[in-house]
Amino acid sequence: MTESLVNLTLVQALDGLKKKSFSSVELTHAYLANMQQKRNLNAYISETPDKALAMAKQSDQRRVKDMVGLLEGVPVAIKDLFCTEGVKTTAASRILENFIPTYESTITQNIWKNGAVLLGKTNLDEFAMGSSNITSHFGPVISPWKHGSDRNKKLVPGGSSGGSAAAVSARLAVAATGTDTGGSIRQPAAFVGIVGLKPTYGLCSRWGIVAFASSLDQAGPMARTVGDTALMLQAMAGYDPQDSTSVNTQVPDYFAALKNYSLRGLKIGIPKEYVVPGMAPEIEKLWQQGMNWLKSAGAEIQEVQLPHTKYALPTYYIIAPAEASSNLARYDGVRYGLRIPAQTLDDMYELTRAAGFGREVKRRILIGTYVLSAGYYDAYYVKAQKLRALILQDFQEAYKKVDVILTPTAPTQAFGLGEKMSDPISMYLNDVFTVPVNLAGLPAISVPVGLSSDKLPLGLQLIGKPFGETTLLQVAHQLEKNASLKNDPDLGE
Amino acid sequence: MAETNNNLIQGKNGLWEIVMGLEVHAQISSQSKLFSGAAADFGAEPNTQVSLVDAAMPGMLPVINAFCIEQAIKTGLGLNATINLKSVFDRKNYFYPDLPAGYQISQYLYPIVGSGYLTIDLANGQSKKIRITRLHLEQDAGKSIHDQHPHKTYVDLNRAGIALMEIVSEPDLRSAEEVAAYLKKLRMIMRYLKTCDGNMEEGSMRCDINVSVRHPGGNLGTRCEIKNVNSIRFAQQAIDYEARRQIDILENGGTIEQETRLFDANKGTTRTMRSKEHAPDYRYFPDPDLLPLLLKKEEVQRLKDTLIELPDAKKQRLIDQYALSAYDATVLVSEPEIATYYEKLLSKKRDPKVAANWLIVELFGYLNKIGKTIVESPISPEQLGELVDLIGAGVLSGKMAKDVFVEMAETGQAAGQIVSKRGLQQVTNSKEIERIIQQVLQSNPDKVAEYKSGKDKLFGFFVGQVMKASDGKANPALLNELLKKALS
Repeated sequence: MTESLVNLTLVQALDGLKKKSFSSVELTHAYLANMQQKRNLNAYISETPDKALAMAKQSDQRRVKDMVGLLEGVPVAIKDLFCTEGVKTTAASRILENFIPTYESTITQNIWKNGAVLLGKTNLDEFAMGSSNITSHFGPVISPWKHGSDRNKKLVPGGSSGGSAAAVSARLAVAATGTDTGGSIRQPAAFVGIVGLKPTYGLCSRWGIVAFASSLDQAGPMARTVGDTALMLQAMAGYDPQDSTSVNTQVPDYFAALKNYSLRGLKIGIPKEYVVPGMAPEIEKLWQQGMNWLKSAGAEIQEVQLPHTKYALPTYYIIAPAEASSNLARYDGVRYGLRIPAQTLDDMYELTRAAGFGREVKRRILIGTYVLSAGYYDAYYVKAQKLRALILQDFQEAYKKVDVILTPTAPTQAFGLGEKMSDPISMYLNDVFTVPVNLAGLPAISVPVGLSSDKLPLGLQLIGKPFGETTLLQVAHQLEKNASLKNDPDLGE
Repeated sequence: MAETNNNLIQGKNGLWEIVMGLEVHAQISSQSKLFSGAAADFGAEPNTQVSLVDAAMPGMLPVINAFCIEQAIKTGLGLNATINLKSVFDRKNYFYPDLPAGYQISQYLYPIVGSGYLTIDLANGQSKKIRITRLHLEQDAGKSIHDQHPHKTYVDLNRAGIALMEIVSEPDLRSAEEVAAYLKKLRMIMRYLKTCDGNMEEGSMRCDINVSVRHPGGNLGTRCEIKNVNSIRFAQQAIDYEARRQIDILENGGTIEQETRLFDANKGTTRTMRSKEHAPDYRYFPDPDLLPLLLKKEEVQRLKDTLIELPDAKKQRLIDQYALSAYDATVLVSEPEIATYYEKLLSKKRDPKVAANWLIVELFGYLNKIGKTIVESPISPEQLGELVDLIGAGVLSGKMAKDVFVEMAETGQAAGQIVSKRGLQQVTNSKEIERIIQQVLQSNPDKVAEYKSGKDKLFGFFVGQVMKASDGKANPALLNELLKKALS
């Protein structure tokens, strides 16, 4: 019973709850038990079983009164970057190790309003800076997937939303929230065989999410199916006057749009710039497979040019650290978080920040401080902004011809824990396909479409026009049908 | 700009000229802060007016307060300045405990208001145009309190996030007097517009003064910036000291180091705060949490159309419309409330000059004595108007009116009420006055004889006697006329 409950998708779980096949409390118990069993994955920083059961109980009471939200009774996980009232919110950093917010982020408020149950706060790269979830102060997350030829090798779940990805994949949550600054939802989703969607910049409120790089950060859903993802997004999205970059637009019924659609005549763009050296041949093959599936569904495949793609990574690694260096200045030991006492103010700042931040965060603060410094600002920051505009322009040109762009999500499958550690550049290269999307503020989704020869999940990415989430979900849904995967790490398929 | 300058300073070997530009920080009059909903009241208990945004809690985001934007636009219009339809908020990054986010949101490359000017009035009756470089919006920091504990600093964040306008002038100021006139004029304009209350003692207006000296006509000298001067008197002291300090250095063969200096109000001196080499690198960049501020032309036009009459225009109108002297007009427009009082006084047809005199001389004199402002005046414009009317109608003489005025102020009663109660009606009945004149002449036959033999000065004696006999109620003009007739 317990095991089968955690294998239900969000849509199936809602159905079971509706039919009273089981209660939210029972469903929650099943997840809490599984979480306990798989603590070795280190997917959660904080588990909130008491809160979860209390929320589940309330949900069951609402269900009796027929007051049901979009996610009524469904236990979810929240990336530990979203502030949750009364629940420790760490950003996986020592500097916020014991920080308990007095407020609730807009996104999580939306999720609770829709009836979901909080299982806990998931692990992540410290301040969402990383692509493998190894920079967390609370230790790395281990992917639930096993390497086909080396079952003892520990694999990364990707990052930065690695805890959310591992939790959803390993059935430690029905669905989860992530945030995506340069690929932090899509790349881990691809690595663990789940669906991850990064919405258009401005669709989901940033209020109450610990900021990494404000002009790139965007919250989004991570779930086991495209349908589940659509439901989660619907609950999360919406205008928030507390976020000046939030866009006031009507949120469509994403889920309903999956019931009946046709891809006939839809134009799918294939950017040749996304064929990069070092990309696994099987990923290229899968990409071709995706094109064929979509062609069979009636879509037209067209080549598009995104000539400035090669500048995306350097541009990103100027803009993101620049904003981060300023966003993280508030962690100074004065008002909240870690403080290392000292004789002078400067010593207090230095000792606190030296002890509170990990290596990767320090590296990015230093890079960001450098590129904003007098004498370097024009050479780095201003130039990066110009390139960012050109990258956006590339997409705008492409979208004159096509509706959606299809690419791989990442150039590799999940790698081993500890690999790529010595060379940050090779780690950064893993974001090569996801980063341009953030720079352009576009929506994109990663959908699992196959397994590598090492029996590890691989994903394809669909990039849409601004606020083109509905089309993205429809195309992803088609790919999901064609791929017909179980996406179950326990089965290894 | 013509450099007619009587403000030169005599040095050991020649004349020196002071060149100054001002950066004024004016707190916007607003219920709430620039980027948060927290209240912006002065004098509240420490850390009681602090929102999550002001305290820079994780994940908090700024939202522009539209009212503060309007206030800045109005001020810009009052300074005859260009309003930039696109402006950008930047982050000025530095670490300090009273700056919670580790950056101040300000405007750097693209301020909301561009170049403009204001006209200052000088004691010699001349006026001078001072060019404004720009006006930009920024947040205030909190307050660090160092004197409550031997080795602890306390931080009060009530002020953190309050909206400020930084108003930067060109280096057009040449003397402490001009600086004072500039500050007063700027304050006056903002008070008219209700965009800043200008209370320097509460810190809602403070200024940084850039001072350099040169020989007249020479190149600009190296400047020093005197930070955070918070009264007009201090500004004058700081300038006098700083100019003399720079001249002494130069005359002794030294050079001026560009630096930031602090004014010590107790000693009346300035001292080094930090040198140029130690100037912090603020790493300005556009705040990614805020989109560029875009204004609509029509929006600016609407504010322009509804802008109230400003002091310079009002002064000119008072002179043109009521034939007032420049001095009277200047006094009447010095505060918006005084001008409003005066115009209320003239809302009924009254002699503008007489009304101005009663306001400037009598009412101000009285308010000064009791230590109250025009807003707290015990006599309303309507009440003072009634008094002026009684004088105009010949019911009260000037002297009688002054007595009535005092009683009005003290009792709050209307002038007419006091007149009838005290029987103060001026005697305008010629028969009655003639009767008193005859009495006086009969009881002073010798004086009459003297007058008639050519001692003209005695006329005043007779006037005084008649006035006395009438209890001061005789209409002076009529008395004069009838007395002359009786003595002829």
